[in-house]
Amino acid sequence: MIKAILIFNNHGKPRLSKFYEHYNEDIEQQIIRETFHLVSKRDENVCNFLEGGLLIGGSDNKLIYRHYATLYFVFCVDSAESELGILDLIQVFVETLDKCFENVCELDLIFHVDKVHHILAEMVMGGMVLETNMNEIITQVDAQVKMERSEAGIAGAPARAVSAVKNMNLPEMPKNINIGDISIKVNLLLQRL
Amino acid sequence: MALKIVKGSIDRMFDKNLQDLVRGIRNHKEDEAKYISTCIDEIKQELKQDNIAVKANAVCKLTYLQMLGYDISWAAFNIVEVMSSSKFTYKRIGYLAASQCFHEGTDVIMLTTNQIRKDLSSPNQYDTGVALTGLSCFVTPDLARDLANDIMTLMSHTKPYIRKKAVLIMYKVFLKYPESLRPAFPRLKEKLEDPDPGVQSAAVNVICELARRNPKNYLSLAPLFFKLMTSSTNNWVLIKIIKLFGALTPLEPRLGKKLIEPLTNLIHSTSAMSLLYECVNTVIAVLISLSSGMPNHSASIQLCVQKLRILIEDSDQNLKYLGLLAMSKILKTHPKSVQSHKDLILQCLDDKDESIRLRALDLLYGMVSKKNLMEIVKKLMLHVDKAEGTTYRDELLTKIIDICSQSNYQYITNFEWYISILVELTRLEGTRHGHLIASQMLDVAIRVKAIRGFAVAQMAMLLDSGHLLTGNMQRNGICEVLYAAAWICGEFSEHLDDPMQTLEAMLRPKVASLPGHIQAVYVQNAAKLFATVLQKHEGATDSQAAQDTSQLLIERLPLFVQSANLEVQERASCILQLVKYIQKLQQKDVEVAEEVSALFAGELNPVAPKAQKKVPVPEGLDLDAWINEPPSESESEDEKPKAVFAKEEPKQSRARHIEVDEKELARRREARKQEQANNPFYIKSSPSSQKVYQDAPGVEHIPVVQIDLSVPLKVPGMPMSEQYLKLEEERRQKERADKKKKDKKKKKREKRGKGKRDDSGPESEEDITPAHQVDIVTEEMPENALPSDDDDKDPNDPHKALDIDLDKPLADSEKLPVRTHRREVLKSPEEDGDQDGITQEAKRRSSKEKKEKDRKKSKEEEKKKKKKKHKHVVEEEPPEPLSEEPVQSEESAEVAAPPTSTSAEASDLDFWLSSAPVPPPIKEALAPKTSVAAAPDSEPDVPKDAEPDEEKSLKNKKKKQKKEKDEKKKKKRHHHHHHHGDGGGGDSVQNGTVEEEEEEEPLPPMSNYCLLAENSYIKMVYDIQGNLQDGSQVVVSVIFENKSNSFLKSMEFNVLDSLNSKLQRPEGASPHDGLVVPFQLPPGVSNEARFVFSVQSIVMPQKLKGTLTFIVKSEDSSTHEKLDFKLHFTCTSYLITTPCYSDAYAKLLESGDLKSSSLKLEGLNMPFHHLLARICFHHHFSVVERIDSCASMYSRSIQGHHVCLLVKTANQTVSIDAKCDEPSLLANVLDEIKQTFSQC
Repeated sequence: MIKAILIFNNHGKPRLSKFYEHYNEDIEQQIIRETFHLVSKRDENVCNFLEGGLLIGGSDNKLIYRHYATLYFVFCVDSAESELGILDLIQVFVETLDKCFENVCELDLIFHVDKVHHILAEMVMGGMVLETNMNEIITQVDAQVKMERSEAGIAGAPARAVSAVKNMNLPEMPKNINIGDISIKVNLLLQRL
Repeated sequence: MALKIVKGSIDRMFDKNLQDLVRGIRNHKEDEAKYISTCIDEIKQELKQDNIAVKANAVCKLTYLQMLGYDISWAAFNIVEVMSSSKFTYKRIGYLAASQCFHEGTDVIMLTTNQIRKDLSSPNQYDTGVALTGLSCFVTPDLARDLANDIMTLMSHTKPYIRKKAVLIMYKVFLKYPESLRPAFPRLKEKLEDPDPGVQSAAVNVICELARRNPKNYLSLAPLFFKLMTSSTNNWVLIKIIKLFGALTPLEPRLGKKLIEPLTNLIHSTSAMSLLYECVNTVIAVLISLSSGMPNHSASIQLCVQKLRILIEDSDQNLKYLGLLAMSKILKTHPKSVQSHKDLILQCLDDKDESIRLRALDLLYGMVSKKNLMEIVKKLMLHVDKAEGTTYRDELLTKIIDICSQSNYQYITNFEWYISILVELTRLEGTRHGHLIASQMLDVAIRVKAIRGFAVAQMAMLLDSGHLLTGNMQRNGICEVLYAAAWICGEFSEHLDDPMQTLEAMLRPKVASLPGHIQAVYVQNAAKLFATVLQKHEGATDSQAAQDTSQLLIERLPLFVQSANLEVQERASCILQLVKYIQKLQQKDVEVAEEVSALFAGELNPVAPKAQKKVPVPEGLDLDAWINEPPSESESEDEKPKAVFAKEEPKQSRARHIEVDEKELARRREARKQEQANNPFYIKSSPSSQKVYQDAPGVEHIPVVQIDLSVPLKVPGMPMSEQYLKLEEERRQKERADKKKKDKKKKKREKRGKGKRDDSGPESEEDITPAHQVDIVTEEMPENALPSDDDDKDPNDPHKALDIDLDKPLADSEKLPVRTHRREVLKSPEEDGDQDGITQEAKRRSSKEKKEKDRKKSKEEEKKKKKKKHKHVVEEEPPEPLSEEPVQSEESAEVAAPPTSTSAEASDLDFWLSSAPVPPPIKEALAPKTSVAAAPDSEPDVPKDAEPDEEKSLKNKKKKQKKEKDEKKKKKRHHHHHHHGDGGGGDSVQNGTVEEEEEEEPLPPMSNYCLLAENSYIKMVYDIQGNLQDGSQVVVSVIFENKSNSFLKSMEFNVLDSLNSKLQRPEGASPHDGLVVPFQLPPGVSNEARFVFSVQSIVMPQKLKGTLTFIVKSEDSSTHEKLDFKLHFTCTSYLITTPCYSDAYAKLLESGDLKSSSLKLEGLNMPFHHLLARICFHHHFSVVERIDSCASMYSRSIQGHHVCLLVKTANQTVSIDAKCDEPSLLANVLDEIKQTFSQC
């Protein structure tokens, strides 16, 4: 079982938190902070597994994480999950995000956390892995986006226009850099913002 | 209308949406909290509006705020509103918010039931999907109960997208509503073979989760999973299945054997590291579950270790880590194969990654043996010196102690060495683990009596040297060691050479700077030392020394009387007064020593930490009952169990560095040398000191080592423990040399002895004898302590409720609650209420929950009861639900179709497994089609259980046979008609009546196990079964029962092979070698082992002579014993219960290939069905057909001979006509039948 999925940036700011067991908000924040402390002090070239010293669950649990540019993707899992499998799953997740957002960067996650949740919901459900095939995930996500669009219909048009205008205020988002280079892109953005 | 909508949305477009909120927060970095609180106010306004789009937008923003740690539960009702929107966009927002913040305590959840149900049945698959996803996060017991049926329907939805979600969510439903597991399980199982890989994977996922917690209930699925494993190409599914098998194999060793081959194939073929790793893991689990000593598996272990070595050597840190992790699993059972990679593991200790270092440390823990302990600890000590950072160093320290103290100090051959290591560890500054070292010192000194002399000397030195005292040491956890040192010196002061000196050291003014609890121990033990000193000087002409001691105490103790610590103060003033009084007596020349030492007389025994818990509660004592009226408030929170020491000081950060300079070291070394020279216990060559440990009777056989320890050469600068390494090496070499000499002599004397053990290599574990015979005192436990199995089980584990037998047929009462019409609800209000009346519901809620719980409890109890009854009293076997009757008779009507009933599955499993080398223990299992009754939960190995089983199967067979007959009756109605009238002879139309009749005369208990041999130590009973898979093999199951009070070990089972029958030995073994029985027997315990024999001719019975050798190990002695026996292979044992249908039987008889013979038994006074049961049970026959007092029976030999019997009875005379294609076999079988009945 996956107990929790957390995404936070290099400064520990949460970008997505999904707990598959209930904790109240304070404890959730504490877990995020603690996890960040554990993960952030690790070198780049050490293993991606961490055990012990966690609020979630007991000794059975492990943290499995990957660090992409400015973001940490952390999965807290119990012993029923294969460690390498989860690492692959994180990769699938990130690649899916990359496809859905067309070159994902931290800003996408910041402004569209709901979308990220919806994508995640197609991969993991209630702590269990639902789908690992990226194409299947994207098909389902796209179909839902289409449905959303059709529902918005005419009524949604003005809102879309306004949001387009609003988005113009945003600093231009460079969209043509792939995951591997996120660091450059987002570092630039961070300086600007 | 359209205009209104557009207008509404134009109003809306100036509302803040999620992006605006995020942007706003980012723009208000300095006053984020303030900004957010204004946003929340805005959101509250928006939620009040009627426009659902505005509400959804607000909820969406709340979801974001929730992530930032804001409580949004106040908006729960609005979330429900948004969830119930008809638009997918909003619905999804609502469900997302709900999944983030709803939980069991959210009261509005009960409002959602109908909404969710509606969404689940929505024609739009994404509505359903969103509802399922949301529900998976916040499902409650109520929701689970109310929606279980709807979700179950969805499991067969046409869209795989829905199917897979529905399948996955079932796991959550099971957790919250365990009653749903049994009704839903068949469908879940179906989904394992769903055409869509996603659904299949989901089903595998769910079953794996279920099986992980309660594996035994899922054993029957093994064949299905096996098929999936060999056919699936989805690595995710494979990984899950392989992990599942890892959980199942410990329960069923035969499964493991079957798995090894495909798994090794996968290991060789796969390129996916994740899959490879899991395969290796499961192979390890298999190997652990199989009894060791199977030579052909060493290849698998080697393969695993090799692959893991590749992983560990990989540059990818992840693989390295996992490799070490898996290695530690192998280590538990096959330490030898891992130990050869010690170099690699020690290398990992230097890795820059701490996770990997810790894993490597874990591995070291299991890799130590008597042989290499010292060496490994030496390496670790080096690491301790090198380690930067206290956390890792502390970890090393605890590991060193763990490694040494593991399994009751099993690997320590030289406790002097260990004490030295502990003393060396005290040099660590700033460690948090002073108390750990201290408790080890105490433990060793208390429990290893032989070491006390040495320990006391070392402790005295610690107290004396004062390096632990210097400076501001109380900040330093290491001063805890002084606690142990002071206590040991005081308690075992008789071993002190110069108690006076130690006493002085303990009363130094500096001691007052130590933490209070240590000072208290100092004071108390100073008094003990005082007593010792007095005793030493008693009788001496000069009483001055004794008086000086008193004076010393009187001078020094006032310092402690002034202590701020109450404990110290109290003890000090008490002892001060005592000493003053003694001084007065001394001045009057009164002899006081005896009385003073009486104060501290008596031995303190170590008590096991769990001992208190184990004291059985006396009858009639209710610990939960209040003695007085309960106090109004609970105030007992602060009473926590105390640690070994009074309390652990609050951990302080680093302490000042102390300089233990060379001079100091040299001085100590010198002092140590002195100690050693003076200490009579140190050099063991002196016979007088040896004697102390040999007094116990019966130790002669333990090789007592004569060591001539010349005072070892000291290499300057070497730590003390180092010398032990060398000494040990020398000692072992000498020992080996001695041993060789002895061996030679021995061999000359008895050439034919069991030579195998001797040349198993001089380095093997047993050969390393401890440097001194130490008697490690075991910790005391209370008398009649309760068994300790369930110590660690968590009673609150939600998965406990899911421990449900899935193979039992469903009863009517177990149907999932279906939504019923309101009127019915009114009839049974305690059943699920309808969700319409929300307010009513809320009121009823609490009481309903209670009832629910009660119901569950009572159900569980019932189940338990049923199980018990099921095992012992056959008559009370729960009656099969009526609804099943027609189904069953239908089944028997089409005999050819395999029965789908669940127990058939269990036997399917056995059948499936039985292709493995070890044949199945259940006889019925060999006949997958007939055995409707193989109870899945009974343990077939135990004869006691085998009996009701057998009976049941018999009953069922009869039932079946009767049904067949019913068929026939339809054909030959006229012929049989008159039988119905009288209903006698156990023949009746209805199954029930027959059973009742039989119930009146229950069968006596039967067992096929007969005595093989017995003496005062051990009793062996055995049973022989044919092996269906291999026509030339039979399996002898022998139950060994330890009758003595001693431990039986190293049992070897051997027989003298005949030309015809041979014991199957592992490859490479000579035909005279015995087979090692794969277990040891503690007193009073019995266990079963199986031995495979190959036979050539089965037509004659034969006997084989054999011997069992074993070692009887009692507390103080061990002796070799042997027991001769004769194994009797009857012809019956070559027969296998095989079903035969009447038509095939008729053909067989008509074929004319069979020779006939007959037998008459007279004066038999037993009911006919008992007679048949006996033949079935003891001689492995099955009833083909029974009409009145006449029955036809069939059996087959392992080599395929048919044996047919026609049994008739009349007036206490039984005649048996028999036919078989092998006349001599038949004659022998008949003889054996005759014998069986002559015995009763």
